[in-house]
Amino acid sequence: MTRDFLKGVRDRYDVVVIGAGLAGMTAANALARAGHGVLLLEQHFKLGGLATWFRRPGGHIFDVSLHGFPVGMIKSCRRYWTREIADRIVQLKNIRFDNPMFSLSTTFDRDDFTRLLVERFHIAPDAVGRFFDTARDMNFYDDQAITTRELFDRFFPGREDVVRLLMEPITYANGSTLEDPALTYGIVFSNFMSKGVFTFQGGTDRLVEAMRDEMVRNGVDVRIRANVQRIHVRGGRVEAVTVNGRTVPTRAVVSNANLKTTILDLIGSDRLDRDFVDQVRAVRLNNSSTQVYMALGAGQMIDESCGDLLFSSTAPAFRTDLLLSRDASSRTYSFYYPKTRPERNRCLIVASTNANYADWAELPREEYELAKGNLARSTLDDVEKYVPGIRDKLDHVEVSTPVTFRRYTQHVDGASFGTKFEGLAVSRALPEQIAGMYHAGSVGIIMSGWLGAVNYGVIVANDVDAFLLKK
Amino acid sequence: MTASEIREAILSILSDLAPDEDLSQLKEDVPLRDQLELDSMDFLDIVMELRKRYRVQIPEEDYAALTSMKSTVEYLEPLMKDL
Ligand SMILES: Cc1cc2nc3c(=O)[nH]c(=O)nc-3n(C[C@H](O)[C@H](O)[C@H](O)COP(=O)(O)OP(=O)(O)OC[C@H]3O[C@@H](n4cnc5c(N)ncnc54)[C@H](O)[C@@H]3O)c2cc1C
Repeated sequence: MTRDFLKGVRDRYDVVVIGAGLAGMTAANALARAGHGVLLLEQHFKLGGLATWFRRPGGHIFDVSLHGFPVGMIKSCRRYWTREIADRIVQLKNIRFDNPMFSLSTTFDRDDFTRLLVERFHIAPDAVGRFFDTARDMNFYDDQAITTRELFDRFFPGREDVVRLLMEPITYANGSTLEDPALTYGIVFSNFMSKGVFTFQGGTDRLVEAMRDEMVRNGVDVRIRANVQRIHVRGGRVEAVTVNGRTVPTRAVVSNANLKTTILDLIGSDRLDRDFVDQVRAVRLNNSSTQVYMALGAGQMIDESCGDLLFSSTAPAFRTDLLLSRDASSRTYSFYYPKTRPERNRCLIVASTNANYADWAELPREEYELAKGNLARSTLDDVEKYVPGIRDKLDHVEVSTPVTFRRYTQHVDGASFGTKFEGLAVSRALPEQIAGMYHAGSVGIIMSGWLGAVNYGVIVANDVDAFLLKK
Repeated sequence: MTASEIREAILSILSDLAPDEDLSQLKEDVPLRDQLELDSMDFLDIVMELRKRYRVQIPEEDYAALTSMKSTVEYLEPLMKDL
């Protein structure tokens, strides 16, 4: 007999939120706080979406997307979640770069980047200052035609090493490239590289548990293993959703599922204006990722001088297409020391690369397994540089690919960072197409990552609250 | 509400949002952003608080009216005069 994960669900809700990623949970929490009846439906057996973790024998817990986020997360968690959550956010102070052009360590803030650019890269201080100010002052009203490449050329012509220092971390953080609008770079850069990189002490499991507790306290009806199959629209307005075969009426829907899936599959293109559907189809997705998870055995320690985050590459120059290639020459390492989860006293390493879904999805089964094995092997060879004798210290190694990300989140092509820039306008325009229908989730580069997802959840909750109060 | 009551209401919201800032020296027609450490999420919070506390709806295309204290009060006066 299968368990009914929808037991006790009410006859109707003010809002149904589809998906318990950070954007979905934050929107659900804000709307419940505002006094609305909220049902949160998550297809997976865990909340968190890409903000996730998994356990392995030997007492290991791996975090999938806890590599670092901007300082703004403290304020957003304090305001839209709880002080307890905000108080667990701490800075990662040793961020390293190691590539054929340079090797250095930084606290990843404006002062330290300025110091490095002036002292090591011999850039004139006022050029550095103007670059930071320009990046900071970029906003939506700016000319969106200039690309990130053109922005760099304006300030640091011919300096591929400077481009690498300033761009590589952002590419890892959200999959953006030199060809994307400079505006997206400017906003993410000023968030990320002005005041350091932060993490959540206690691990993703602890964060998501605290969020669940807070949602329940605020009255959100939270359901897992609840797969939404259909959003019902009648007379231009949202009417209900079908979840696990059951139809639940609602006045509004916030979908945290992939933007394209939401519109083309859950709603259905026949319900929508042709031009809008064309715009949706034209939205490009961001790339996906691979990860190699390495757990050291009990008692095996890594020296903290290895750093917290390490951008490592053997590629002679920085090129976005190289970053995506299957034989990765560039990786980001996260080193987790016992301080992440003090009660466990373990060291772990997670190596991430950006990757294309198609490169992995189209492999026949056997080749796929082989490719995973190769990735683990080449990664361990590379880690050897930083942690000598790594193979002898290891207790567990595991690989995930774009196919894995797709399976767990149902994101089209396993997209790790949502959509490219144009996705934001489509996401914002959805309620104009269908009254009561909203999307909140990684879109447009700016709204992705942990902080982007949380903030976008708040922005959309604000719109939904206004909509619900209107009548 | 009168203009000065509206001003007090805004100050009360601002002091909740930015508890560490000294609001007593706030200049009327200088952008709030140039005087306080406010980002776009803070402005959204002002909008949400106004709706929560006074049921005032501010559509997104009007957010630019919230630039300075003076422009905010002028914008809100007709919306809040009957409260
Ligand atoms: C490998 C990797 C590393 C990353 N590292 C970082 C990092 O260090 N720092 C950072 O800030 N960001 C990082 N990110 C990005 C960050 O994790 C995401 O941008 C963010 O978590 C996305 O949140 P979201 O709310 O947009 O959506 P998601 O987390 O994708 O959540 C969507 C949810 O909707 C559910 N869902 C989908 N369809 C349905 C349906 N039909 N019915 C019910 N539920 C459904 C999914 O199961 C999922 O739970 C990383 C991402 C990846 C993949």
